[in-house]
Parts: sequence; structure tokens; C-alpha cells
Amino acid sequence: MTIGGWFTMIVSVGFVTSLLSWCVFKVLTTPESTKHIHGELDIDTRDRD
Amino acid sequence: MSEHGRDGWGTRLGVILAVMGSAVGLGNFLRFPGLAAQYEGGAFMIPYFVALFVLGLPLAWGEWAMGRFGGARGFNSSPGIYRSIWKSKAAPYLGVLGMIVPVIIYMYYVLIESWCLGYAWYYLSGTMAQVGKEAATLAADGAPLSRVPYENLFSGFTGAEADGAAVTGAGMMFLLFCFVLNFILIYRGLSKGIEKFCLIAMPALILCAVLVLVRVLTLPNITEGLGFMWNPRGAPDKPFVEGFFASLMNPKMWLDATGQIFFSLSVGFGIIITYSSYLKEDDDIALSSLTSAAGNEFCEVALGGLITIPAAFIFLGAAAVGSTFTLGFLTLPMVFESMPLGYIAGFLFFFLLFLAAVTSSLSMLQPAIALLEEGLGVNRKTSVSILGFMTLCGTSFVLYFSEGTLALSTFDFWIGTFCIYLLAMFQVFLFGWALGPKRGMEELDRGSEIHVPRAVGFILRWVAPVYLMVIFVAFVWEQASAERESNMFAQIVDNKVVMMSVGFIVLVTVFFLLIIHQAVKRWQLNEAQQEAGS
Repeated sequence: MTIGGWFTMIVSVGFVTSLLSWCVFKVLTTPESTKHIHGELDIDTRDRD
Repeated sequence: MSEHGRDGWGTRLGVILAVMGSAVGLGNFLRFPGLAAQYEGGAFMIPYFVALFVLGLPLAWGEWAMGRFGGARGFNSSPGIYRSIWKSKAAPYLGVLGMIVPVIIYMYYVLIESWCLGYAWYYLSGTMAQVGKEAATLAADGAPLSRVPYENLFSGFTGAEADGAAVTGAGMMFLLFCFVLNFILIYRGLSKGIEKFCLIAMPALILCAVLVLVRVLTLPNITEGLGFMWNPRGAPDKPFVEGFFASLMNPKMWLDATGQIFFSLSVGFGIIITYSSYLKEDDDIALSSLTSAAGNEFCEVALGGLITIPAAFIFLGAAAVGSTFTLGFLTLPMVFESMPLGYIAGFLFFFLLFLAAVTSSLSMLQPAIALLEEGLGVNRKTSVSILGFMTLCGTSFVLYFSEGTLALSTFDFWIGTFCIYLLAMFQVFLFGWALGPKRGMEELDRGSEIHVPRAVGFILRWVAPVYLMVIFVAFVWEQASAERESNMFAQIVDNKVVMMSVGFIVLVTVFFLLIIHQAVKRWQLNEAQQEAGS
């Protein structure tokens, strides 16, 4: 195997492995976005009375 | 089921693994390594990664964004989603491509899936050991194994010798099992069936691949095999640097690298758009899409790229690299026969191919289920039954006309290649021109947990349509200028089986156009009632 072959393999395999690792890390460490559901008391109707 | 009574995803990891499972298939472990070895070793990786960044990832992001956009407006089927994006009467009818592509691919993919299961079972049951003994007995002087018993075994599965041979062949039992398994999982729904299966199957698939990889990387002289796969060789008659750049000038390599990215990520299949339509309005899609694509690339480059070709080269040399089916079902069984612990590696390899195939085939009927539910107002049970009957007819057709796998090849050419290009070009138009880069990027950014480069909008409006058009024209030109006996356009007239296969595709297309017409009527009626109510 030539130096060019080692270089291509390490860069290609390293890139996709790093990308997947980073993505999995982000998915597992970022809390899931959830839609904020307003309760009745949260809603400001701007009524004066 | 989601809070609105519609089917939906249970967890975020579930949808990521389901999309990843849909993308990871036989192409990752067989087609990619074959292409990389064919095109100058490592030089192939340059057009491959360019295509990933310029076409693959932007297209995947675009498809996820359009799916969630349509889902937020109450649509899960491609025709409904396209209609919500592009206010043209033609939009839902063009969505027929998003129906016929996955449904017809399912018809032959489930057959290939059954071959993988059959081979895995043959390793477990000892049948493959008997074939190996026979191959050693029949071997010519100097050769370790004869290829003949492996060819006989494979043609027993495919029925490639004559039409109708596969119906009574060894593969029927496995086909029946795969068909039933798929429909049980599909019938159970997105979260209880597809998602649950992918949550188990995808880690199992990666574990099997890692175990086979360890076996391959611990073989003696493995660096020679890796060198054959990864060394940038360049043109043989020129100095290295000059030869390397000369090989990069090969337009066919760019065409094949782009095609590989395109098919591997499952963009233009009409599946991602339906899957993402079940997400909630503020769910992240940018990171989820990138994670699915990264998982697919990991399976393809890091696992597929290190296993198949290096192992085949060590035992059988450069001549062993053939087409996808030859490499998978003839060459690799001979390789596993030759290596220590080869039966375990063989079982694991074909079992992982089976898992990869099931996770892909499971996704293929969801777009049509969504349309039948929306268009006819039927429940999942009825829509799965209708599709079960339709795909049974299609699979039986492919199974019967098995001589030279002609019906399968015809479906794969017209649907698995030609129509996918058409669908991808239409979806690029929808994102770049109908939805527009501004609205499209706003949709992609909503709930996003990563920053998506602004260039994606520009790429999908300007670069991707031109890129896709050039590749499509080159593909059509290549086919049209081929010799008459291998020209798929001329074969429609020359060959009865090809003619009937294309006729079958037309029938399925007409069926879905009628369903879409019915769906459009229902949507128009609902909209009129809503307007009258407000």
C-alpha cells in the first residue's frame, strides 16, 4: 500500500467517522426541541377588565 | 400515533435510524467498493466527496424541509406535499413519481432481500460448507476453488437459467418469509413497526459489519487488499501526479461517483419527504438529516470500503471484482470459503445485508400508504392490504420472468435509475423555484440545532438543477448510444419481457394517477368546506 493509499484511506474513513461521531454527540447532548404549549394562565388576552 | 391521531414518530433517534436504515442497503457494501476499486482506487474519492457536498447533502436537506413543510399543512403523501408547495394543477399529478419509484423498487428489492436471507441461512445450516467442498473438489489445477457450484447455487435462487425456474427454486421459502415480515412491520405503523425494528436492526447491522471488518483486517497481507482499494493509481503509462490528474479528467468517473452518492443517500426516492412529513412543526431537521447522511456514509466508506474489495483481492485477485450481484453472491462466498472463520464471517455478512435490505424495503411502501389514506380515506389496514396485493403481483412478475434477471433489470433501469433522476430534478425545482431558497431556508432553520450554510439555498436553486441535468443527459446519451442488444430504449421494442415490464410500470402509474385524482377531489372539497365554514 502506497503513502497515497494510506492518506486517502485515513482521510476518507476518518472524515466520515468523525462526522458521524460529531452528529451523534450533538443529537445525544442537545435536548429535544419541544413545542411550548401555553397553559390558560400563560395567555395574556390584553383585556382590561 | 401522534397527538393529532395521525401516524407519527416516537423518538428523534427513531426517525434518524429509520431514514438511515432506508438509505443503507446493498449499494453501501457492494456497489460503492466495486466502483472505488474500478476507478483508479483513491482518485474516486475526490468526485465522490464533491458530489456529497454539492448534491447529496443539499438535496437531503431540501427533501426533509419540504416534507416537514407539507406535513405541517396536513399532508404526508408526495402529491399532497407537492401541491402544498407549488400551486399548480400539475403538481399533485407529478407526485405519481414519488409513488411508483418506491413501490416498484420494493417489488424487486424484496426478492434480493430474500437472497441475502437465504445465503445467511445457508451459512448457518451448513449448506455453504457442502458447496465449498464441492468447489474444492471441482477446482482446476492451481486454483483453490471452482466457481461452478457457486454459480449453480445463485442461479437456483434467481432462476436466471429460464423463465419460471425461480418459482420452484430454493428461494421461494425465503421470499415468502421476507414478504410476510415486511408487511407485519409495515402494518404495525411508523412508531410501533418501522421505528422499533430500525432501533434494533441498525445497531445490529453495524455490529455485524464491525465483526466482519475485524476478521478482514486481521487477515495476512491485508495491506495488499487495502492498497488495491485505496491506492490512487492514476493512468498507468504516466508519472503518478500527471496520471492522477488525468484520471480525474475521466467524466464517467464523475458520473458514477455522483450516481453513487445520489442513490446511496436515497434522495429522489420519495421516501424522505414522506418520513419527514410526520415530524412536528418545530422538530429539528437539519441535524437529523445530517446524522442520517453521516450514518449512511460511515456504513459505505468506513465499513463497506474496508471489507468487500480488500478481502476479495487477497484471495481471488483483481479479476474477482465484478458487478454488484457477482461480487456479492459469487465472489464473496468464495472469499469466505477461503478464509479462517469464514463461515461465521459469511453468515454475519449476509445477515447484515439482509438487515440493510429490510430496513430499506420497510420504508418503500410508506409514501403509497400515506396517499391511499389521504386519497381514499381508508385506514392503514386497508391501504396495506391494497399495496400487499399490488406488490405481490409485481414481485411474482419479477420472480417468473427471471431468465437473465431481465424483468428485474428493466424495473431497475426505468424506475431505479431513470425515474429517480426525474423525481430528484422535480424536487430540486420545487425547493429552488416553487418554495424558493428564502422560504426553504427558513423552513430548514426552524427548530434547527446546527447552522446550515446559506449556500445550500443557492446550490438548490442554481447548481443542483444544472448538475443533475448534465448527469441525466449524459446517462440518457450513454444508454441511447449503446449497442442495440444492451440498449434499454431499443429493448422495449425488441424484447417481449422488457415490453411487458414497461407495460406493468405503465399500469401501476395509471393506478396511482387515478388515486391522486381522487385525492385532489377530496382535498378541494375539504378546502371548500373550510372556506365556507370560515
